[in-house]
Amino acid sequence: MMLAAVIAAAVLVAVAALLALVRVERGPSMLDRAVALDTLTVTLVCAIAIEAIWSRRTETIPILVALSMVGFVGSVTMARFAAKEPEGEGRVRTREEVAAQARAADVPRGEQRHEQRDGARVDAEDDAESAEGGQR
Amino acid sequence: MTHVDPGVWTTVADTVAAVCLLAGAFLTLGAGLGLVRFPSLLARMHTVTKPQVLGLILLLTALALRVRSWSAVAMLVLVVAFQLVTSPVAAHMVGRAGFRTGKVDPDDLRPNEFGEPD
Amino acid sequence: MSPQSRRPAYLLRRLGSQWHALLLLTVVWVLLWGDLSWANVIAGAVIAGAVVTMFPLPAIDMRGTVRPWRTVVLAARFVSDLFVASFEVAWKAVRPGPTPHGAIVAVRLRNPEDAYLTITAVMSSLVPGSLVVEARRSTGVVYLHVLDIDASGGAEAVRRDTLALEERVLRAFASDAVLSRCGLAPGRGEDA
Repeated sequence: MMLAAVIAAAVLVAVAALLALVRVERGPSMLDRAVALDTLTVTLVCAIAIEAIWSRRTETIPILVALSMVGFVGSVTMARFAAKEPEGEGRVRTREEVAAQARAADVPRGEQRHEQRDGARVDAEDDAESAEGGQR
Repeated sequence: MTHVDPGVWTTVADTVAAVCLLAGAFLTLGAGLGLVRFPSLLARMHTVTKPQVLGLILLLTALALRVRSWSAVAMLVLVVAFQLVTSPVAAHMVGRAGFRTGKVDPDDLRPNEFGEPD
Repeated sequence: MSPQSRRPAYLLRRLGSQWHALLLLTVVWVLLWGDLSWANVIAGAVIAGAVVTMFPLPAIDMRGTVRPWRTVVLAARFVSDLFVASFEVAWKAVRPGPTPHGAIVAVRLRNPEDAYLTITAVMSSLVPGSLVVEARRSTGVVYLHVLDIDASGGAEAVRRDTLALEERVLRAFASDAVLSRCGLAPGRGEDA
């Protein structure tokens, strides 16, 4: 029974870690990435805890203490310096800005209206940018 | 106290530990899913403060029930205390920074009582 | 550091006035080692003393009391709320369909003192479906982001819940004078 529970828990936590990684990659802002990295740290703590639950060992517990103490430092530091991000990075654009950009790119009018309505389109654009950045 | 076979307690503790383990892992998965699925930065912060913290607490409870040593429990209590204190602070800092630097779309918030005269 | 702050008498007074912090840091140290021995307690106290004198924090103005029963009520309600809120948020993330609709609600707390404002803000971030985005110390207004405003019953319900949480905090830790100033009859009132 314990083996089944441990395997199921390990799979769930691994999926959670992967999802956190997806958010790290997508952003769109540094703050989103910082939050996702926090979650990634916690999933790491969870993974170590699951291993310790299976093997009943206690020597890995100090690692949990250390990770939980420093885990939040990353996002707090990011939040502190978020104002120094390049202008416009990851910012949610207003309707006028999206419309202006669409006009500049000379998209057909139907497409433009679609972008105004649907915020996900804006996210998708940011995704493309960050993916390019990652490949460099 | 009547004498109880220690094996019984081990079974009981292991069963409770398994339940805590699965519930904690489910909550951690919920935190990961929310991180990807929720549409805005502020909505994502909710997953970091709630399911993630309780998920970790449940997993550590399972660990405490498995190892059953006081020195381990002391350290785990410390981990839980740090999580409870730091995660709302971190979430607030990030949420505020996002809010102030315009990474939150005010149109998504109805009602948005921020900045209204009180 | 001013020359006056280096005087031993001043340092001793400082240690004396911050015995809460000293005790807390010592407890953390002992928990960290996971072993209650004289060596750990003494080492912890010495390190706590060094931390308190080398990294001084402004003293918090908190002349309250601790009411044991009210603290138990606060803690029990906190744990149950934490469970409910966590499974709610996790379920909203896992279930298929559209994601919830957020809102920002302004709540004016009864008592804008730092210590109680902080406790209420931290606890409301952890429990009901809310997250503190901004807090104004001068007016005692906290701005909460609510994950799912429709499920929470609208802005008024959020305000009511947050004020109920503050009432539990005040009943647990605030002095009678503060309670009556905030319009809460000291000593009685229904269990929140």
